[in-house]
Amino acid sequence: MALFQISEPDQSPLPHAKRRAVGIDLGTTNSLVATVRDGVAVVLCDDAGRPLVPSVVRYGEHATEVGYDALAHAADDPHDTIASAKRLMGRGLADVASGQRRAYRFVDGEGVIRMATRSGAKTPIEVSAEILKTLRARAEASLGGALDGAVVTVPAYFDDAQRQATKDAATLAGVPVVRLLNEPTAAAIAYGLDNAAEGTYAVFDLGGGTFDISILRLTRGVFEVLATNGDSALGGDDFDHAIVDWARDESRLPALSAVDARRLLARAREAKELLTQHDAAPLIVSFADGARLELTLSRETFGRLTHALVAKTLVPVSRALRDAKLTASDIKGVVLVGGATRMPQIRHAVAACFGQAPLTNLDPDEVVALGAAIQANKLVGNRDGDDWLLLDVIPLSLGIETMGGLVEKIVPRNSTIPVVRAQDFTTFKDGQAAMALHVLQGEREKVSDCRSLARFELRGIPPMTAGAARIRVSFDVDADGLLSVSAREQTTGVEASIAVKPSYGLTDAEIARMLQDSFAHATDDAAARTLAETRVEAQRMVTATESALAADAALLAPQERNAIDHALAEVQRRLEGDDRDALSAAVSALNAASEGFAAKRMDRSVAQALAGKRVDAFDSR
Amino acid sequence: MAITMTESAARHVAANLRKRGKGIGLRLGVRTSGCSGLAYKLEYADEVRPEDAQFESHGVRIVVDPKSLPYLEGTQLDFSREGLNEGFKFNNPNVRDSCGCGESFNV
Repeated sequence: MALFQISEPDQSPLPHAKRRAVGIDLGTTNSLVATVRDGVAVVLCDDAGRPLVPSVVRYGEHATEVGYDALAHAADDPHDTIASAKRLMGRGLADVASGQRRAYRFVDGEGVIRMATRSGAKTPIEVSAEILKTLRARAEASLGGALDGAVVTVPAYFDDAQRQATKDAATLAGVPVVRLLNEPTAAAIAYGLDNAAEGTYAVFDLGGGTFDISILRLTRGVFEVLATNGDSALGGDDFDHAIVDWARDESRLPALSAVDARRLLARAREAKELLTQHDAAPLIVSFADGARLELTLSRETFGRLTHALVAKTLVPVSRALRDAKLTASDIKGVVLVGGATRMPQIRHAVAACFGQAPLTNLDPDEVVALGAAIQANKLVGNRDGDDWLLLDVIPLSLGIETMGGLVEKIVPRNSTIPVVRAQDFTTFKDGQAAMALHVLQGEREKVSDCRSLARFELRGIPPMTAGAARIRVSFDVDADGLLSVSAREQTTGVEASIAVKPSYGLTDAEIARMLQDSFAHATDDAAARTLAETRVEAQRMVTATESALAADAALLAPQERNAIDHALAEVQRRLEGDDRDALSAAVSALNAASEGFAAKRMDRSVAQALAGKRVDAFDSR
Repeated sequence: MAITMTESAARHVAANLRKRGKGIGLRLGVRTSGCSGLAYKLEYADEVRPEDAQFESHGVRIVVDPKSLPYLEGTQLDFSREGLNEGFKFNNPNVRDSCGCGESFNV
């Protein structure tokens, strides 16, 4: 006998037509799966009634365990129990080796990070797939059959490599992803629809491992993301580590084994959670060698320990506001997302920053999954007569490398997606038959400071003089934030394109740092850009003059030739150095010295073109 | 003959109506379609239409349009949990046969 769900008026599904849709919040610390049931988004619980699945996977002797079962072994089997794998998604070994406290045995291979376990080397994608499989099994048991569609959320700051890695993990787990959705946007959906709110809102998402701030505008059910910012290496985990560091200092602990360190970390987390409700929490740990640690952590001490971490969250907040061209007083409400926003010091800091108490009427752990479920329900077609539109943004600018090692930005940061942008480029040398395109992501001016996404070549450009070819480069970012780039020579139609298969972690660009660097280095970058541009212009001038000399040196009197050679040598000498003004002056001097030469060449070509022609052949009819 | 619901069904409907924030009760109905002739409608009711028949069971209002009523007379709506799955069940004495899964039926 079938089980029925209550529908909205006049929206009862046809028999067998109800599509099973879920929203999945694949978190750093905890994951959840939600669905829309009886018209209301609900989180699906396990048979013990627990909504969360700790994002922990243990490769055990006999079976792979996920969630609480795996978490229980985090302390006694640290090498084979992988937690916070999300932080490693789409990353290479070089990205995590420095300064991150990890107990895993990393193996490097093909730029993809792997962790040695007793079941073999595992990538973060495979670990995440195990978590997704558990969520999928729970959803299928709950909904009574195979899933038709899932929306999986990712931090707004995830770059293309990380988004692709998330999609790969879902594919591996047999989860049919219909859309990747930014976590804060999902939270806005959960709040926006349930509360019918209008105005400009901020979503403050402090999860286990990532921090995101998004500025959203909600108007009559239409969402627009005005700006996003954040820190992909800041989260509740850091607050746990602050307690661990404090405990080590307080009791002068010797170096701990991996097992003891995990045990201390787990107790630190419990103490942190207790402090949300209480003024003090005990921190009691029994170590493997029988030693015992007993401390009491007060809320005041915890606040002092984490003052810097709290302050760190407010920097991206002001940046996002600036990007959105708003001030804190324009924000009508602040939505809190992520378990870490339960901490009183966070709520106080957010309230002080925006001058109002944040919204907390939905569970901050569940709100993202609920929003994703509502979106999934709509995308698989369970709701119609529904016209709200979702606008998302790209977190970092996308562009290509141009002469001089500079980045030409084609799609600016915070553009709403999907987006298509095109720009025309041309050849640098006479007869240039191919063009190498290097796709980059980032805010900095120089190629070396941005993240390399892909390279490809456009071949078969017909021979033309430098600057004559018209090559249109198009960037197409789809609704999932994935990028394809194409280049087309306009006269012949030769074309080349690439779908960005991001090079997982092959470059070490870490997205939050890249953004911060671009602000810190704005002046240097501008100077570097003008120098590089002057160099390119000088180089072009040298090449042009040399080819003119090779062709028409006979037109020159000896002292004219001498002056040009002298000016040319000066430009070449200045090209070696970094003095932009001197180089610029040398280029002007070469221009002046070769003016007469250029005029003579022009006269001669005109004379050649006219020679032997009758004047009436040029008549304008 | 009335249309009723069990206490647990009423509790769930009431809780869902509270969460939804609007609605005066539950609308039951049938329509023609599906692999075995008729299919149930189970929806929130935002209004009572003049022609509707009204019932009340454990404090929850049930409205049924007159064309559906003959197919539903005597039906009891139940709420059931099967493993992790949960939902509503129609115990309808008029049903002669239904398709394998029970989503559509004949009278």
